Amino acid sequence: MKEIPGDLMFLKSHEWVRVEDNGTATVGISDHAQELLGDLVYVELPNVGDTAQAGTAAAVVESVKAASDVYAPVSGEIVAVNDALADKPETINEDAYGDGWIFVVKLSDRDELQELLDPDAYAELVENEDD
Amino acid sequence: MTRKTILNESHRALGAKMVDFGGWDMPLNYGSQIEEHHAVRRDAGMFDVSHMTVVDLRGARTREFLRHLLANDVDKLKKPGKALYSCMLNEQGGVIDDLIVYFVAEDFFRTVVNAATRDKDLDWITRQAQPFGVEVSERRDLAMIAVQGPNARSRAASLFTPEVAVQALKLGKFVAMQGDGLFIARTGYTGEDGFEIMVDEGAAVDLWNRLLGAGVKPAGLGARDTLRLEAGMNLYGQDMDETITPWEAGLAWTVALGGERDFIGRAALEATRAAGVERVMVGIIMDEKGVLRHGQTVLTDAGNGEVLSGTFSPTLGKAIAFVRIPAAAGEGVRVDIRGREVPVRLAGVPFVRDGQAVAGN
Repeated sequence: MKEIPGDLMFLKSHEWVRVEDNGTATVGISDHAQELLGDLVYVELPNVGDTAQAGTAAAVVESVKAASDVYAPVSGEIVAVNDALADKPETINEDAYGDGWIFVVKLSDRDELQELLDPDAYAELVENEDD
Repeated sequence: MTRKTILNESHRALGAKMVDFGGWDMPLNYGSQIEEHHAVRRDAGMFDVSHMTVVDLRGARTREFLRHLLANDVDKLKKPGKALYSCMLNEQGGVIDDLIVYFVAEDFFRTVVNAATRDKDLDWITRQAQPFGVEVSERRDLAMIAVQGPNARSRAASLFTPEVAVQALKLGKFVAMQGDGLFIARTGYTGEDGFEIMVDEGAAVDLWNRLLGAGVKPAGLGARDTLRLEAGMNLYGQDMDETITPWEAGLAWTVALGGERDFIGRAALEATRAAGVERVMVGIIMDEKGVLRHGQTVLTDAGNGEVLSGTFSPTLGKAIAFVRIPAAAGEGVRVDIRGREVPVRLAGVPFVRDGQAVAGN
């Protein structure tokens, strides 16, 4: 498994979030999640201006094998989406924590961040899952 | 208890992601199933299909028995080595399994049936064989490797002894031969040229490794599924089962009704056809983004149907599927994808032939 960048936080359902300096949060799915899904062929993005609700589906990623909801780890207005994924969904397979980001939320409630897993806790979760 | 083929360790050593498939621990992919798919369409790939069930039928009345057992007519097999695809039906005309049968000798035919249906197939065949005095024996001692792709035959033949290589490269389509201790058949489940090679288990790992050395790429069940669906080939359990007749599964071409041959299911098939077949299986292509999947509802002007096998076609770059819909359905077919009605086109199968999209697809 790829090393998890230290500035990420996770949902148990394998979404990551990175809080940027300007108060926005970038969201994607973990490298482990892309590995489970296999080759991605389609990403259904939210619209800029939509409101994401923490813990509810905000996007869908589809691999050849399966479709999977992407839950918003935090609430807030969607301020950007990764349009490049429309033509190159495989970017998530190649770089889940970088170019494979999915959308950006303007944080409405920073307290929600307390609920998320840090990289070590997430790595442990994944490890136990593999057993 | 999950069963393993003799090549299990070889798959793991290649980094395969393993999954349970009908009780067998099989490779889903070795990294990217799309790359494996393209390798088969453009060059040469190989699949471990040792989980499939090889059944040998021996006895003087074997041909007569198979003419009773199968919906297709083994009398089409005139020359030893020739193979035939057929359904094996129950009395109601439902499909117990689909299989390939090879004519080896007048008193020896070999069939290959699905892994997931092994038990019921063996029970059925054994029961039906009894009055004909045909001996039914499962060949658990054989492994099978399918080498498929435009360069598959030449790569594989480079490993045979010179005289076997010459013979193997001359094999007609859907014909098998024996040589170098192998059963070599020019058959497959990908829509590409190639061989399906049966080999004694003890020699299987060596053959696999030599094929790797000859530049044949390992490919998993994921690629096998997208390849066969592009090639317009049914998957038992998904596209048809015991409640479905060949008429409703796009398999009318495999039913031989000529003459008076009395095969199991014939009466029921003739009755349902006379009454009018209400549902048909057809191919669809979705031009919008997204993926068609098994179980999605198909909406037509003549009533609803369902997606049988559905997937993303790596060759077309679009979703494709087999659907079963009312025979009266016209234009304006849609599929319900998470509550959204997405328009689809009816398409001829195969979707892909000789590595290329069939015109119009």
